[in-house]
Amino acid sequence: MEETPHRRRAHTRTRDLERYAGLFAARTGVMRSSAMRDLMAITARPEVISLAGGLPDTSTFPAGTFAAQMTRIAQESTAEALQYGPTEGFAETVDCIVEVMGAEGMLPDPDDVIVTTGGQQAIDLICKTLVDPGDVVVCEAPTYPGAVPVFCSYQAETIQIDCDEDGMRIEELEAVLAQLDGEGRRPKFVYSVPSFQNPAGVTMSLGRRRRLVELARQRELLVVEDNPYGLLRFGGEPLPPLYQLDGGDFVIYVGTFSKILSPGIRLGWAVAPPPVMEKIVLGKQASDLCTSTLTQHFVREYFAEGRWREYIDDLVEIYRGRRDTMVAALRDHFPAEATWTEPEGGLFIWATLPEYIDTSDLLAKALREDVAFVPGQAAYVDESRGRSSMRLNFSGVDEEEIREGVRRIGKAIAEQVELYGALTSDSAASSAPAQSRESDVDATGLPRPGVAARAKDGGDVLPFRKSGEGSA
Amino acid sequence: MKVAVLKGGRSLERGVSLRSGARVEDALERLGHEVVSIDAGGDLVKRLAAGSPDVAFIAMHGLGGEDGTVQELLEILGIPFTGPGVASCARCMDKILAKHELRDAGVPTPDWFAFNETAFRELGAADALSKLEERLGFPLVVKPSRGGSALGVKFAASWYEVPEALVSAFSYDNRILLERFAEGRELAVSVLGGEALPVVEAIPSGGDSYDFEARYEIGRTDFICPAELDAADEATVTAVALAAYEALGCSGFSRVDLILTADGPQVLEVNAIPGLTDTSLLPQSAEAAGMSFEGLVERILELALRPAAA
Repeated sequence: MEETPHRRRAHTRTRDLERYAGLFAARTGVMRSSAMRDLMAITARPEVISLAGGLPDTSTFPAGTFAAQMTRIAQESTAEALQYGPTEGFAETVDCIVEVMGAEGMLPDPDDVIVTTGGQQAIDLICKTLVDPGDVVVCEAPTYPGAVPVFCSYQAETIQIDCDEDGMRIEELEAVLAQLDGEGRRPKFVYSVPSFQNPAGVTMSLGRRRRLVELARQRELLVVEDNPYGLLRFGGEPLPPLYQLDGGDFVIYVGTFSKILSPGIRLGWAVAPPPVMEKIVLGKQASDLCTSTLTQHFVREYFAEGRWREYIDDLVEIYRGRRDTMVAALRDHFPAEATWTEPEGGLFIWATLPEYIDTSDLLAKALREDVAFVPGQAAYVDESRGRSSMRLNFSGVDEEEIREGVRRIGKAIAEQVELYGALTSDSAASSAPAQSRESDVDATGLPRPGVAARAKDGGDVLPFRKSGEGSA
Repeated sequence: MKVAVLKGGRSLERGVSLRSGARVEDALERLGHEVVSIDAGGDLVKRLAAGSPDVAFIAMHGLGGEDGTVQELLEILGIPFTGPGVASCARCMDKILAKHELRDAGVPTPDWFAFNETAFRELGAADALSKLEERLGFPLVVKPSRGGSALGVKFAASWYEVPEALVSAFSYDNRILLERFAEGRELAVSVLGGEALPVVEAIPSGGDSYDFEARYEIGRTDFICPAELDAADEATVTAVALAAYEALGCSGFSRVDLILTADGPQVLEVNAIPGLTDTSLLPQSAEAAGMSFEGLVERILELALRPAAA
């Protein structure tokens, strides 16, 4: 664990924060750090089995292909691959993007596409284009943890809409929109990851997709569809993306090569109606002029080989096995009161524990067993929510590690469950009564323990499989 | 002089420690010392032996670095080190032990009960919880015995919240304490070489004194140094802090956290190795006393090298 010799800029005075405090933009005040984030910082130890990351498996990418592509780029495109490129991205990259979107049934106009530095920059640019401080942004609860700091840094007022197995609860969205109408406000956009959502693993049903698009059209409301995992489907029938249903009038689409090729190349994209795209391009110019031309060449070469679909098929095989392993391990090692999603694709499972367990504290305990996950609160703007949930990644570690990782987390949970039982046993309850349960659905909208199979909201059957007999 | 800076390690406060260490290294370099930077891992002893430093500056927080472990290793290696010694670190790190020592020495500290996990799992300690209300009242504070920052610290406003708070606290340690909530002004007194530096007051800007996390986030707490105290309060607070420092056998430097209640100061804990980052309280106090960060670092080194460190 050696630190490289450093030559850090020497500070000349103490109390540096004081010195700079007056200079910080107001938006930095809402950029947060917390004890939970400090804990996440130590999950990177090599001996830790990390189910916390969002990492795709890049180990099976053929080394020979990689080498041949880079050689071709170096020999045949030397000058161009080392030069600046157009802000919108190379036309050839856009062709690849159109091909990828076509695989899910979308037909974007190439002129509506901008190549970005990862999908993350697309989200940032969309906010930069649309959000003034105090503007309302609507997203799912839980939502992509990486989107939270973006919304915060543009000082958006973020409203989260609960999810169930069928994704964002559109009826709840409608209620929120009506309430905002009453206040004379409207959201700048609704952000959704409709397929194999990060972090919940749930997929928005076709009915809700149609309804959301309909709402967008009626209300002239923008929807930002973030779809990094759509092609990573292990089972069930593919569903049309919102962009396809809408045709691109009110849906801004965010895509990425991160999960189907490589996150290291930092290539994503956005598709937006021309007037919006014009502003996004100006924003991108100000941010970084253009996306890496070298990695755009990499994508061009890769797609020219025509094997990109097969590679995704390989990934899907690997991830399906890992998901199955994780679900089986959860059945074996998580307590009977726990619930979790069983995604049909993507990278994540969302597990919810009895409400007396705070998953940030559980993480501290789990780290002693050298295993890590993402505490649910990271997926909420209001960090008092999601306290009993966790996001588990199954794409970045092999099946043996998944089994062992889940076993270790299960052991830590079992100890907490047993302790809570001892604290609230009948005799103890006479002096310290257990907390009454007021609702079957907790603040997250995801089901409370033990009610997983109960129908709610007029047939809106809660989805989450109960664990098997094997309570640890 | 050749100074080994020990930082990082495996504790939950690794992040803060790396920041403290980096800042200390900067200061040492500016002071003209030769710095050996060590992120404390499996090769710590080897690297110390290979580097043969004149002195070790311990910028580690939490288990491993602040509990006497690293101090013991340095004693074996015969390398002088900064901050309190082995026994004192062990006492400060363990809040239960520290509170006993403080009470025995007549230093005021809020009433408490301490339990280990076995008491609840095997001895039915939950049945004794009913005594809490009369002895401690609500709200009360549940803390892991050995933990840093606010990790695992929970308020319980009523019975209903006690079991959940206990489960959280036991996530960090197998011993916990339930402590009477002391209401008042939150103060920190840094002690350097047996002398108190100006008092710091922490004022949560959100106004919610139950939000422990707020205390550790930049922008959510305002620190005022020197605290606005009248002469009598300042004298009492300082005297109590020095008494706590001595009761726990600290040397070199430490920070005493206390609450100034309507009935006088109550010591919450003594941090054997307080943070040294740019937002930490000890450096703020030192500056209020007219001492730059370099001056503070130099003084801490001097104290470590003094023959009979006080």
